[in-house]
Amino acid sequence: MSASDDERGLAFSLVILLGGLVFGFGLGLSQMAKPEIVLDFLQFEDFGLVFVMGGAAVVSGLTFFVATRYLDRAPLTGRGYTRRLKTMDRNVPVGGVIFGVGWGLSGICPGAAYASVGLGNVTILWAILGMFLGAYAQGFARSTRADGTDSAESVTSD
Amino acid sequence: MTLTTFPLVAFAGLFPEGVAHYAAGGLFIGLGVAVIYLSTGIIAGASTFLETTLSYVSDLSRFNQAKYVASRDWRVLFTVGIVGGAAVYALAFGEFGWTTEVQWWRLLGGGFLVGVGTRVGKGCTSGHGVCGIGSLSETSFVNVATFMAIAIGTAQVVAALGVTP
Repeated sequence: MSASDDERGLAFSLVILLGGLVFGFGLGLSQMAKPEIVLDFLQFEDFGLVFVMGGAAVVSGLTFFVATRYLDRAPLTGRGYTRRLKTMDRNVPVGGVIFGVGWGLSGICPGAAYASVGLGNVTILWAILGMFLGAYAQGFARSTRADGTDSAESVTSD
Repeated sequence: MTLTTFPLVAFAGLFPEGVAHYAAGGLFIGLGVAVIYLSTGIIAGASTFLETTLSYVSDLSRFNQAKYVASRDWRVLFTVGIVGGAAVYALAFGEFGWTTEVQWWRLLGGGFLVGVGTRVGKGCTSGHGVCGIGSLSETSFVNVATFMAIAIGTAQVVAALGVTP
């Protein structure tokens, strides 16, 4: 049974939705869905965001640690538990620089932007439009640039 | 007296709004990741949604990789959940209808670079920042240290140029 076959069941969908709801509630509660709060952090006026990312990383880190060490397979998909380990190459810091300029300019990142829509913040649609245009431009450039030669490094995620 | 209260005063200066809601929000974000991970083994980040969703409307091979097409439906559902969860928060705390004062060109231009940068760099604040750091991934430490330093510099320069908000 391939992973994609059992990723269409009702239980799977409900779990994804529930996880998203909890994740989005956290983005709202943490104020990260507000660009102003993120910009305050980046301008050293309020360091609270350290606790947001720190708290989230500790919870997910403990979960990954316990699951990879003591649990066997995920009940809904049969997948093994793994950590999130991406290969290191030049794209990692280069992408970080581009993302950093964008985050510093706008105060918004992808998950927080979706959550901001949930606040009723229609203005944030400018940022989401920009993100789709940016992702499209990057994909377009990569698809047309010597198609196939960089397929090995083109596996991105999250 | 001054000596003993100084650390507390300094701490309050760093966190003018306190830390409780920040930490609690962070715990919920981690909990959302944990719910999906423990049930499905999937480590869900937020930014891949951009590319997988483009596969619905674009024929570019880049967006139509098997792994994107296979995950695009649940990523839409995850994003719908994020929007809904934030709406629950906003309605419960009387904040629904809040809109940002940050100027549209900053959101559009910054969003564009976020779209490019997260795709080039293999992740965003949730993928690298939460899940990658939680995985003690060196790659994610490099990416997060980079975007954090650059974002701080960018925001400070933009503010110094007199752009508010």
